[in-house]
Amino acid sequence: MDFVTSALDYLLGIPFLGWGVQIGFVYKALLLLVVLLVFTAFILLADRKIWAAVQMRRGPNVVGPFGLLQSFADLLKFVFKEPIIPAGSDKALFLLAPLLTATLALGGWAVVPIDNGWAMANINIGILYLLGISSLGVYGVIIGGWASNSKYPFFGSLRAAAQMVSYEVSIGLVIITVLLCVGSLNLNDIVVAQTQMGLAHSLGVPWLSFLNWFWLPLFPMFVVFYISALAETNRPPFDLAEGESELVAGFMTEYSATPYMLFMLGEYISILLMCGMTVILFMGGWAAPIDLPPFTWIPGAIWFFIKLTLVFFMFAMAKSIVPRYRYDQLMRIGWKLFLPLSLVMVVIVAFVLKLTGWGWHGGIA
Amino acid sequence: MTLPLFFFYLFSIVAVASAFMVISSRNPVHAVLFLILTFVNAAGLFMLAGAEFLALILIVVYVGAVAVLFLFVVMMLDVDFAELKSGMLQYAPIGILVGVVLLLELLLVAGSFVISPDVSGSTGLPISIDMDNTRQLGLVLYTRYVFLFQGAGAVLLVAMIGAIVLTLRHRSTAKRQNPVDQVARKASETLKVVKVKSGQGL
Repeated sequence: MDFVTSALDYLLGIPFLGWGVQIGFVYKALLLLVVLLVFTAFILLADRKIWAAVQMRRGPNVVGPFGLLQSFADLLKFVFKEPIIPAGSDKALFLLAPLLTATLALGGWAVVPIDNGWAMANINIGILYLLGISSLGVYGVIIGGWASNSKYPFFGSLRAAAQMVSYEVSIGLVIITVLLCVGSLNLNDIVVAQTQMGLAHSLGVPWLSFLNWFWLPLFPMFVVFYISALAETNRPPFDLAEGESELVAGFMTEYSATPYMLFMLGEYISILLMCGMTVILFMGGWAAPIDLPPFTWIPGAIWFFIKLTLVFFMFAMAKSIVPRYRYDQLMRIGWKLFLPLSLVMVVIVAFVLKLTGWGWHGGIA
Repeated sequence: MTLPLFFFYLFSIVAVASAFMVISSRNPVHAVLFLILTFVNAAGLFMLAGAEFLALILIVVYVGAVAVLFLFVVMMLDVDFAELKSGMLQYAPIGILVGVVLLLELLLVAGSFVISPDVSGSTGLPISIDMDNTRQLGLVLYTRYVFLFQGAGAVLLVAMIGAIVLTLRHRSTAKRQNPVDQVARKASETLKVVKVKSGQGL
């Protein structure tokens, strides 16, 4: 039973009480979980407020000051309602689908470095793990739509699945261009690379560090990634999977109460995960935008969340100002525009890196 | 028992059990979902063996793309499994034969270290411990096996083009739109503002 004690030490260790050699994994995970869930609650509110502001409405403004507690009121409402399971549904799968969505979305955050070295698991192939997790996310949608045993949810899940699988291809290729520049699949390395090389360094003004980040040299890929991230997470203008004018609520039609809340939570957390990926790949992760005192006093984790909020603001604005796409046009952009564009960019970036010797060579191993 | 060993048994037991459920579950959709569980557990086993790149590629490619297509097809087809299963005994001898051949081959592969150590010894490449296996695989694939690798890619490309050619239909009745034309349209070319006096019409 030696392995049980070592596992317990690893999970629940408290070094200053003389138990284990490092702070237990469970505590760190719980801290991240709580921060993430509270952040998601306010991001949800921000989404609604931004949407309302663009349409010159007030948005939620009753619960708490400025409606700040609206998300928590919604949480209570969802939890205390009765979950209705349709009679003809596949009960086990019907309940599994929202759980899967929420768990996978939360699991993706295990590798995201909030600050230098601040990741639950700083693994060598972090970016591949994120890609894998986001490709698994489609199962929650498919299973949910199928298990409902109803037409509109099934249509919704078919649409969502085709959409997510298509846009994963261009996301993968965008990630490859970034990886070519970095030379490592470690998310920590990707951010470190953006602080150690780039335009600002070659111009001789290293303190203008926002010029170092990959959004500038890889700008077309940044745009492709942003739009693909919208499509991958079924955000408007690509929310055809739940287009209320045609499919009621898509794959979520039959869901109510806590299962519905889990779907929505999973969706928002995976949107935040996509925002986090944008921040890490293109916007320098935890690094301060200008490497001078008033900016460097702010801790990296705060910078990460500020940038995350900024990217989410872009997502929310896209939701409120861009009309919904038609489905065939969505597929056309994915396969006929983004795929060739990102393939060509992979070749160009590879050639440029090979011929000029640019790129970061300080990765582990 | 060490922690990796514990996880090895956990992953293998779940993998074997869900592989059994793939062939024994009555609902085809459940069967595909159990197949996915098997894939995920196999990825766990790869991870334990230190092949983290293979593990995640297995998840991204097989679970994230191939199995999604399986699930699509199985959900859309209205397969009557009771009817399919009725003829099962008829095909049992062939199934058993294939199974036995597969088992023998697997035993030969696993036992090649014992049967002919010289063969397995010459194919092995030295793996340095201070290099992660993504880089390691890349170095081998793009140097020693580059032609096989490119050849495999070409075969896949041909297969893909073949599948597209087989299923592509040009329907003359379908109305198509060219988004470039639509975007290039200007209001001045298509709209005419006409002043209409009330009660007169055009």
